[in-house]
Amino acid sequence: MIELKGLSKSFGKKTVVENVTLKIQSGAITSFIGPNGAGKSTLLSMVSRLLDADTGEVLLDQSDVKKMKSDAFSKRVAILKQANHLNVRLTVRELVSFGRYPYSKGRLNEEDNQFVDKALAYLNLTDMQDKFLDELSGGQKQRAFISMVIAQDTEYILLDEPLNNLDMKHSVQIMKILRKLVDELGKTVVIVLHDINFASVYSDRIVALKDGRLVKDGPTNEIINSESLREVYDMHIPVQVQDGCRICVYFNSHN
Amino acid sequence: MRKNSTKLIILSVIALICMLLFAFYDIKGGFSYAFPKRLERLFAMVITGTAIAYATVAFQTVTHNRLLTPSVMGIDSMYHIVQTIIYFALGSSSIFVVSRYLNFGVSVVAMVLFAVILYRFLFRADKYPIFLLLLAGMIIGTLLGSLVTFMQVIIDPVEYESLQARLFASFMNVKTELLFISAGIVSLAFLYGRRILHKLDVMSLGREHAINLGINYDKMVLRILILSSILIAVSTALVGPITFLGLIVSNLAYQYFSTYKHSVLIVGASLISVIALVGGQFLVLHVFNLTTTISVIINFIGGLYFIYLLLKESRKTA
Repeated sequence: MIELKGLSKSFGKKTVVENVTLKIQSGAITSFIGPNGAGKSTLLSMVSRLLDADTGEVLLDQSDVKKMKSDAFSKRVAILKQANHLNVRLTVRELVSFGRYPYSKGRLNEEDNQFVDKALAYLNLTDMQDKFLDELSGGQKQRAFISMVIAQDTEYILLDEPLNNLDMKHSVQIMKILRKLVDELGKTVVIVLHDINFASVYSDRIVALKDGRLVKDGPTNEIINSESLREVYDMHIPVQVQDGCRICVYFNSHN
Repeated sequence: MRKNSTKLIILSVIALICMLLFAFYDIKGGFSYAFPKRLERLFAMVITGTAIAYATVAFQTVTHNRLLTPSVMGIDSMYHIVQTIIYFALGSSSIFVVSRYLNFGVSVVAMVLFAVILYRFLFRADKYPIFLLLLAGMIIGTLLGSLVTFMQVIIDPVEYESLQARLFASFMNVKTELLFISAGIVSLAFLYGRRILHKLDVMSLGREHAINLGINYDKMVLRILILSSILIAVSTALVGPITFLGLIVSNLAYQYFSTYKHSVLIVGASLISVIALVGGQFLVLHVFNLTTTISVIINFIGGLYFIYLLLKESRKTA
């Protein structure tokens, strides 16, 4: 289990994350939601060691992640950030093979290749594994990066706005894959989402942030309601139930 | 498209031909006198060429910029200032000039120290982006360059003559003793450099992916910057600065091999580097009859290539 204890981070004089304490439930999808600049991505970066927290600590099964060895940590927690521009020209298979680096240290063995094959198949990339990344569409590229993270075979997968710049079809595709990862392979997924309806339909738990502070943390049903959402977004968000899903219809809302 | 292993073999053959030509072509005077001299120079060129190739490719990987080389960080300027201060303060008859060992030692230590101190103070990866570090390096380089010019203007003209000779790369008067020390240091650096080839591959994906894959990124960047400083410092102290060589060979290697694998890129860049130096020196000796120097040729071609790269780069972003 991942536990965040009193995490804070400032850039210059601006406090971006302030004293956040929460537990991330294993075997579930947890979505981080909140307005722009709420500190969602910063929080995710601190959990994954991309950023050092100013104060507070992150515990992975009770041990401080800062004291863990880098390669041991990378076999347990994977992070994918939103900007995925690469300076090098790689094929899909080469990229996904990088996901095995924590195990192979650059020399892929038979087992590593099997993991790569499986990760490619999981995201329907087998046919295009020898294409270069710059020949792919945005959705295919995003799938290739997610496939790399899956090849890494970690218990925890952290994703920072993976639906950015994707159309509806590809967004649904990716959320379904994440759901499968949790339901079939027992992974724990933590995801920063901008689209509240994707968060509502696909996640088990929701963590809401505002101005760097934790405002809500609980099962999806308890958070997706007009009252709680007003606290987070400062606007009236009507919630309708459609085919068992709670959908926020905020497009024409007055305050 | 040819396979990369075939390309490496082709380059090896060309390098070998250049080396054989350089060693045996048109030997005049006593063979027993000229041949060992030529071997020495050849050895110096191989050490310098491979050291510069490794240092530049590794440096460009961690800075994510293919137009920058370690000399941008002010290392070449540091060499200039060390030599100028020695001549300015102590004169050409001082032990620091006369003793090649001392001069070599002082130059290498000063250049590496300069780089380490610069990185120690400037390198806080979470606070300053790497371009700021490079900018600082350039400004410090310019400052040192101005100091050098200042001292050279008021120095004794005769001393200046002898100082000038030190500031241009030359393979003609390499001292054997220094050769072995340099070879030792460079081999040690390569021993470590070989172990981190795969790490360099991962680091070329960028900071976030590299950390995700378990690289202790900020520590590795510092180590690699120091490693390339040592390699450049040794080769500069051995033969003098060849500013554009690294830029040419690294970019030719990227273009020719189009792979992310540093094991291929660095070996390829080293071979190209050896071909450029040995082939260039051969031309200087037998075609230009010593009317020009290798650093002039390399900087001329390198400068043109640099402009070409800049134009290509700007067209890509436009």
